[in-house]
Amino acid sequence: MSTAIATTAGDLRRLAGRALRHEARTPDALMVNIALPVIIMLLFVYVFGGAITTGSSGLAYVDFVVPAVLLMAGGYGAALTAVSISREMTGGMIDRFRTLPISGWVVPAGFVVASVVRSVVATAIALAVAIALGFRPSASLAEGALVLVLVFGYVLAVSAVAALWGLFVRSTQAAEAFSFMVIFFPYVSDGVVPAETMPGPLRGFAEHQPTTPIVEALRALLLDQPMGNAGWLSAIWLTAAVLISVPIAAVLFRRRTVR
Amino acid sequence: MHTDTEVAIHARGLTKSFGGTRVLAGVDLAVPTGSLLALLGPNGSGKTTTVRILTTLLAADSGTATVAGHDVAREPVAVRRAIGLTAQQATVDDLLTGRENLELFSGLYHVGRREARRRTAELLDRFGLGDAADRRVSTYSGGMRRRLDLAASMVAAPRILFLDEPTTGLDPRSRAELWTVIRELLASGTTILLTTQYLEEADQLAARIAVINGGRIVAEDAPDVLKRQIGSERLTLRLSSAADLSHAGAVLSAGGDGGLHLDAGRCELTLALQDPDHLRRALDLLHGAAIAVERVELRTPTLDDVFFELTAAA
Ligand SMILES: Nc1ncnc2c1ncn2[C@@H]1O[C@H](COP(=O)(O)OP(=O)(O)O)[C@@H](O)[C@H]1O
Ligand SMILES: [Mg+2]
Repeated sequence: MSTAIATTAGDLRRLAGRALRHEARTPDALMVNIALPVIIMLLFVYVFGGAITTGSSGLAYVDFVVPAVLLMAGGYGAALTAVSISREMTGGMIDRFRTLPISGWVVPAGFVVASVVRSVVATAIALAVAIALGFRPSASLAEGALVLVLVFGYVLAVSAVAALWGLFVRSTQAAEAFSFMVIFFPYVSDGVVPAETMPGPLRGFAEHQPTTPIVEALRALLLDQPMGNAGWLSAIWLTAAVLISVPIAAVLFRRRTVR
Repeated sequence: MHTDTEVAIHARGLTKSFGGTRVLAGVDLAVPTGSLLALLGPNGSGKTTTVRILTTLLAADSGTATVAGHDVAREPVAVRRAIGLTAQQATVDDLLTGRENLELFSGLYHVGRREARRRTAELLDRFGLGDAADRRVSTYSGGMRRRLDLAASMVAAPRILFLDEPTTGLDPRSRAELWTVIRELLASGTTILLTTQYLEEADQLAARIAVINGGRIVAEDAPDVLKRQIGSERLTLRLSSAADLSHAGAVLSAGGDGGLHLDAGRCELTLALQDPDHLRRALDLLHGAAIAVERVELRTPTLDDVFFELTAAA
């Protein structure tokens, strides 16, 4: 049994390595992954930053917006997993993999692992830019570790849901739409403008959607803001996203490959 | 009846429908161990569907198949261990180099890193890709890509190989190179099921040819037997009028030529030559009946002729 697990882990590593190589060899994808976090951060701090007040939090705008931009930077790349998987399922490679003595689900899982690695790096780039622009986190070492866990959980959850979406849709265009959904969420959260400034229904959505507690938890960890129940809510949202999407993705994968 | 050690691939009554359209209507095949069977048929005749069922990628609606003695539906894993597949669609990774592709597949067969490297180098060499090994596959020519695909199928040294239209779209030189490689694999004892749209390819490589049309095997025999049935060369005569065409048809039929094919639209008549002297006899008959021939064309039979012949006979 343990050798079977070791074998599967080896397969996963090989396929994730292949997916990362794809990344490194597709200049536009690489550009998006490195440039996008930088551009979004510059945009928010310099273009929007002057016009937006941070409401009751009393934070400088750069401090206020950094957590949301971190989620955009990591989430956008993670969402592209839908595109990689969709492409793989409609191309010929999947047939080759299916005739190999490996578990089929390792193929989409390889993309998810690669996506997590790449998205954590993208988030780190965004954070580095933020610091260059004057963002000064006050996190302790332990808080820093929790930030890493939260970012990791977020990109894993987005990648897992993206995998589900990529297995569900039948065209690459439809798979691409997922990135826009993911990048839209942090906009309508408490992350870019304070939710208290939004009109009623939007405010209700902003206060209850998943990226709001994640942004608040990041803010609490990075900037000594009150945590409230944001930490628990984040943990519940992220765990639920992973636990629900993985079995559904597995069923979809079987549906796509059996018959 | 064959036993499983003599027959590497055995299919009985395979049927498959996609959304109400019947694609396979009962396919029977037997490929003796160590031989090459060509599955010859036009586009859409069910070749790929048959290969996908035999390689465990698709489930048949009814019928059974064993590959290397294992049932494809009940023991897919055992079947996969025994086979290699070069699918019609390219199944190598464009963004990786040839070497990286083969090392990836070797790794996924769990052969160990050193062994994977050794096999990869050997396969690259054997398939004439040594010089291009460290270039990305996206820079390969069609023929090189096909050879890499074939090499990827040979990573685990399978005893049974499925090649789905391996030379479609290749230039004549690449095709000849691939034929050489296929002959070598056959010589080393591999059992091969190859699909093709080219009669010439089947004739060059196969011990037996199964002709598939509309999801049904319409003929199966040794190439020589089939070719004798189909006739050797095709003679096409262009006549000047529709009246001449029907007259010529009547004259030649009376002279003993069966299997005439009249194309009224093009005012052409085609017949299969039984022997070289047949050409002279046919022209003499027409001359005797004072029918002017506008154009004469001789060509080797194509898949179309095979179908005309086989369906006319049935
Ligand atoms: N997944 C599918 N869904 C619907 N129709 C299919 C599918 N696969 C093949 N077909 C149809 O089945 C027929 C046979 O296809 P195929 O086996 O690919 O033929 P060949 O390989 O001989 O060209 C074609 O008409 C094709 O359109
Ligand atoms: Mg085909």
